[in-house]
Amino acid sequence: MKTGVVDYKAGNLRSIESALKFLSADYIISDRAEELIGCDKLLFPGVGEAAFAMNQLKRSGLDSMMHEFFRTGKEILGICLGCQIILDHSEEGNTDCLGLVPGRVRRFPAGGLKVPEIGWNNIKKVRDHYILKDVPDNSNVYFVHSYYPDVDRKYMLCETEYMFPFCSLIGYENVTAAQFHPEKSGKVGLQIMKNFLECRE
Amino acid sequence: MLKKRVIVCLDVRDGKTTKGIKFKGNVDIGDPVEMAEKYYLDGVDELVFYDITASAEKRGIMIDVVERVASKIFIPFSVGGGIASVDDMRRVLLAGAEKISVNSQAVRNPSIIEEGASIFGRQCIVLGMDAARDSAMPSGYRVVINGGRVPTELDALAWAKQAEKLGAGEIVLNSIDADGTRDGYELNLTKMISDNVSVPVVASGGAGRPEHLRDVFAKANADAALIASMVHYGDYSVSGIKDFLRSSGIPVRSDF
Repeated sequence: MKTGVVDYKAGNLRSIESALKFLSADYIISDRAEELIGCDKLLFPGVGEAAFAMNQLKRSGLDSMMHEFFRTGKEILGICLGCQIILDHSEEGNTDCLGLVPGRVRRFPAGGLKVPEIGWNNIKKVRDHYILKDVPDNSNVYFVHSYYPDVDRKYMLCETEYMFPFCSLIGYENVTAAQFHPEKSGKVGLQIMKNFLECRE
Repeated sequence: MLKKRVIVCLDVRDGKTTKGIKFKGNVDIGDPVEMAEKYYLDGVDELVFYDITASAEKRGIMIDVVERVASKIFIPFSVGGGIASVDDMRRVLLAGAEKISVNSQAVRNPSIIEEGASIFGRQCIVLGMDAARDSAMPSGYRVVINGGRVPTELDALAWAKQAEKLGAGEIVLNSIDADGTRDGYELNLTKMISDNVSVPVVASGGAGRPEHLRDVFAKANADAALIASMVHYGDYSVSGIKDFLRSSGIPVRSDF
């Protein structure tokens, strides 16, 4: 099972790669659509600004690869910005996104808690999913974000409380997406990545 | 609910963790990668490495340390010391650090915050700030640089606000007056800064007992607390400190 890591030049892939190495994953990091489309599953990371990231994807043609891969039914795991730009639209740079999963990306309101949310917060299970195998309910994971995914409750795997409950883990068809950073979330995060790597559907 | 973070700080010189002892200079206290791994397994929420290597030609050693840390621990860590340009930032981030911290360099050249934030994102840029009590300043605290030796004309609160505007995603606030005393964090300074910026504030300087962390979280609204000698010499463990905080009603991460 080969995992392709989509490298669209939005953020640093070093920690993702360290975690994949630690888990002895069979992976490639690539910016070439023809190479990625042949992988068995896709890891879609990203850090940075949504409109910039969308431009990068369009320029490189990786946006259509993402749609094509999604249609094959093979598993995709989005992380952080990669969890946001799979939705329809982002308030960050007011940009249309990939639209693989119905939903919108919204900014945390000012005047409440500090923005960005930085640190460890717990994920409360909304429904069961293979990605949560051996992950105890309310586990703490590491977040760094100013925007959050706003999706229908039926696509929520986990929710997290920050000013209000938001969706921290999405499950929609063959897409799973984490607003937090599993690669920086200690043993809980590594378990989530392991579940993704070992899934054979 | 978002947890309060306990962060361990390691000063690294020529690839070794070191600790300054008054009048004696620095003594090496261990291998930073081994120490990082030990704290990771004991539940530390984040780590900070300060490169205090004096000579430029030995700076490459730090990159090697960062790479080895990144391959073994899966929590965020930041690196500071000797970062003077966007290229320095890039090297450290590509080696596997989550964030970079700028201190004196940012005072001399504030645009480094802006440049770093626009290229790598604000979440990567930490402002390290040393503040000393000074009644001549509007906020009562003056920014000092070069490890506290050189006073600047900057007011601590004004500088924190300016750095936030420029794009700093977090502020590590070190009290020069409390640093090394082990008598507790400077609560007034921490509360004033934390209540007046919207980015997280990490309290630093003065920690000697677990009660000090409780107080800086409960009374001074710190988002995280930096510790060093408390755990480096085995007086306390990270997990023990977190047990104490939890029993005092402070939300901390305990599933590690």
